[in-house]
Amino acid sequence: MTQLLDFAEVVERFDPVLGIEVHVELGTKTKMFDGAPNEFGGVPNAHVTPSSLGLPGSLPVLNRKAVEYAVRIGLALNCTIAESCRFARKNYFYPDLTKNFQTSQHDEPIAFDGWVDVRLDDGEVVRVEIERAHMEEDAGKNSHVGGNGRIQGADYSLVDYNRAGVPLVEIVTRPIPNTGGRAPEVAAAYVKTLRDIFRALEVSEARMERGNVRADINLSLRETPESPLGIRTETKNVNSFAAIEQAVVYEMRRQGAILSAGGSITQETRHFHDEDGTTSPGREKSDADDYRYFPEPDLVPVAPPREWIEEIRASLPELPHAKRERLQAEWGLSDLELRDLVSAQTLDVVERTVLAGASPAAARKWWMGLIIRYCNEQGIALEDAPVTPEDVAELDRLVESGRLNDKLARQALEGTLAGEGTPAEVAAERGLEIVSDDSALEKAVDDAMAAHPDVVDKIRGGKVQAAGALVGAVMKATRGQADAAKVREIIMARV
Amino acid sequence: MTALLQKTALELADMLAAGELTSVELTRATLDRIERLNPTINAFLHVDAESALETAREVDEKRARGEKVGRLAGIPIAIKDNLVMRGVPTTCGSMMLDGWLPPYDATVVTKVREAGMPIVGKTNMDEFAMGSSTEHSAFGPTRNPWDTERIPGGSGGGSAAAVAAFMVPLALGSDTGGSIRQPGSVTGTVGAKPTYGAVSRYGLIAMASSLDQVGPVARTVADAAALQEVIGGHDPLDSTSLDAPVPAFEDIVRRVGSDLSGLKVGIVEQMSTDGFEPGVRAEFDAAVRRLEEAGAEIVSVSCASFDYALAAYYLIMPAEVSSNMARFDGMRFGLRVEPEDGPLTAERVMAESRGKGFGAEVKRRIILGTHVLSAGHYDAYYASAQKVRTLVQRDLDAAFAKVDVLVTPTSPTTAFKFGEKVGDPMAMYLNDLATIPANLAGIPGISIPCGLSEGLPVGFQVLAPAHRDDLMYEVAAAVEASAGDIPGSCPAKDWKDN
Repeated sequence: MTQLLDFAEVVERFDPVLGIEVHVELGTKTKMFDGAPNEFGGVPNAHVTPSSLGLPGSLPVLNRKAVEYAVRIGLALNCTIAESCRFARKNYFYPDLTKNFQTSQHDEPIAFDGWVDVRLDDGEVVRVEIERAHMEEDAGKNSHVGGNGRIQGADYSLVDYNRAGVPLVEIVTRPIPNTGGRAPEVAAAYVKTLRDIFRALEVSEARMERGNVRADINLSLRETPESPLGIRTETKNVNSFAAIEQAVVYEMRRQGAILSAGGSITQETRHFHDEDGTTSPGREKSDADDYRYFPEPDLVPVAPPREWIEEIRASLPELPHAKRERLQAEWGLSDLELRDLVSAQTLDVVERTVLAGASPAAARKWWMGLIIRYCNEQGIALEDAPVTPEDVAELDRLVESGRLNDKLARQALEGTLAGEGTPAEVAAERGLEIVSDDSALEKAVDDAMAAHPDVVDKIRGGKVQAAGALVGAVMKATRGQADAAKVREIIMARV
Repeated sequence: MTALLQKTALELADMLAAGELTSVELTRATLDRIERLNPTINAFLHVDAESALETAREVDEKRARGEKVGRLAGIPIAIKDNLVMRGVPTTCGSMMLDGWLPPYDATVVTKVREAGMPIVGKTNMDEFAMGSSTEHSAFGPTRNPWDTERIPGGSGGGSAAAVAAFMVPLALGSDTGGSIRQPGSVTGTVGAKPTYGAVSRYGLIAMASSLDQVGPVARTVADAAALQEVIGGHDPLDSTSLDAPVPAFEDIVRRVGSDLSGLKVGIVEQMSTDGFEPGVRAEFDAAVRRLEEAGAEIVSVSCASFDYALAAYYLIMPAEVSSNMARFDGMRFGLRVEPEDGPLTAERVMAESRGKGFGAEVKRRIILGTHVLSAGHYDAYYASAQKVRTLVQRDLDAAFAKVDVLVTPTSPTTAFKFGEKVGDPMAMYLNDLATIPANLAGIPGISIPCGLSEGLPVGFQVLAPAHRDDLMYEVAAAVEASAGDIPGSCPAKDWKDN
């Protein structure tokens, strides 16, 4: 078992420096360099052409939409967009790589020198500097059959090239200093911030669980912020926010233990293990690692016209942090309330619900309450819930107009979640609306008074609060659909 | 039938159009001759008689129905074996691809098919187009029809020999450092390397992507021009393909007269000194004199960087080769060799497959290219070579500011004997001395037979500015007209028909 240093002790004795590389798969219709469909999953090796299979004689042709998406990302991250950039070949051998080189951008990325502000849970804002954002193609997927599922010890391996050639943008930070004990939180919050930006830009579904967004976490420790940078490790393909935090914590504790014992860190890539939150060595990655980059001769340089970039800039949507600040002000939310909405990822649906006519308070109440619980129970994402912002707005209108009370509104929404129709349809179908028809209520009151003569006597004897029992009986008889205030009124009049 | 096959492609096209001949008859004659000569010449690695005859029948039927068909419809053609054809063996002259059936057509193959040209087969070549003698084919060398003890040039020796031996009137080749022009030179055929990007590379199994270009192999300049009209033009599947209309090259060639006054022809000083056989030199000089007599102004031009072009080429080319050859690893297609003992890992299967699948010249260039691109040597080799490449381009730009075209002997020697240079890579590489600058600069170049030296053909090269393939064909036609009957003089025509 690897020796680990206590986290508090690492923070006390060392200064962690983060560097994060985020890969995002772009949601273009076709792949980066050919016309094969860019679709997740499917029958293995169905989404391919000679080019994405790297067959002899095939050539790449750059996807214009992918360039547009890369420019959108670059602009959203406050980067400079290159006047001209080009692709290079990164040569290495691996069975998931069809040509045995990856077409990527090496010394001339499409976007560089940017920054993004990352807001932590307590409101603190950390500015992360972006070194570059470059385009490249994804590789295929190996699966190893037999043994423990890893390549060593497998009986054989299968390769699915459906993902080969899917467009990626890789975003590389400059070293992020001075995060101290918050390094794990900063790392996760940074990736989350990017994920939200990708979604807002509509360049990717950005689903971590599908590997649409993958983070490589570089981490090194140094004695003090003034010391030179230490030797780093790169933990590859960390796939959830919790895992990012765990990976940073683990690497800090592991490296801290080695350095405290007078050892030195091996520069290498490492794999993260979800089961126990540990990392283990991958291949050694030294400076001698030689990809033999050279300019891709099959593609011409890309020179995005300036006016096109300005068009894209003008079309950028409001970005998540700006939107949050605006909505917080408009809705009069406290920091805590805003944070709850953001962390539950309900901000967008709540906003859409408000735009559909609901009050912010009601929209928040329904999404953060009944609906989110339903989704958790069903294990589905909020956007897959069988209720729309328009449904919730309709529900709120029913309540506001007095046709449903809170309890009935819940029932209507449950009906909608069960697929029975919109809240209004459910209310009509189930007969949920508040009974305010006087004659119907009067009959119910008469029945209740006849059934409970003792209570009537008590009221007559001056115990007005005993009327509650009669109200309860009427509500029960009307299955909660009566207007309680009105019922009380009638009772008092009768008595 | 031999007399028929001696006709040029355009003469045959006229006969087909006039109804004096059917494509089926012509294709049969071609296939018969291939059957007779190929055991000796070994120009073809694969013959597809059935499919060629089917195309021929279709074209004949279209003509019979009065449908409009292309200029070269019905004219048989051979395809160099590094151009992929759906379902047809494509080996690149390598064991690595023995038995591989491509699932798609190269764009030039599609264009040839659309033009109604029966494709009779795939021609032999140096493995993956690496070589100048076709001795590096894994399937045995091709023999030069002028003298079967001699090489037919390379890497496109198969295409050149097939055309020279009247087995087929037209063929397609590829030219990375001279692989269409140098075989043309030593077999007495016409071979053109178009401007880079003028013909799609999609489906051409890449040797060195920034230098490769597909082009026509023919017996006359007009035939080559007509074929480039068929295969040229923009291809959305090739990013480097030029987006410009294809000129009517054949018409341009037809208009060439005997008066060349006003034409400025440059002779490159650096290509006039040592290294060229006296016989080659003499025939070249005589051809230049004939141009002068026809009214052309001859100007001596210095292109200082040409002295370094060969060295730069032999750094850039292998660098790209090392990367382009990487996909041949035994994992997805072609040859797969598993180690006889020990663990079966991806790395070991790759090593075994590549060890067995690649020949010595390919391995040599992969190793050289890997070294050239490696971190410690990139600047000294690859980056420097790219600078030389830029200088060659500048030298040519400067030269073309002074003259219309440049001319050189195509190859320093006539066809040499088998084995003479195969053990001496440097001597072999020198064959491409005069052809390489065109590939480095992306300009068009053509080789035309200009005479015989000790009974063997000598090639004359015309280089034109980029995008001026029209001018290249125009001047080449003038050279051809002044050279007499060299193209038809291959002794193979006298071979007995049995």
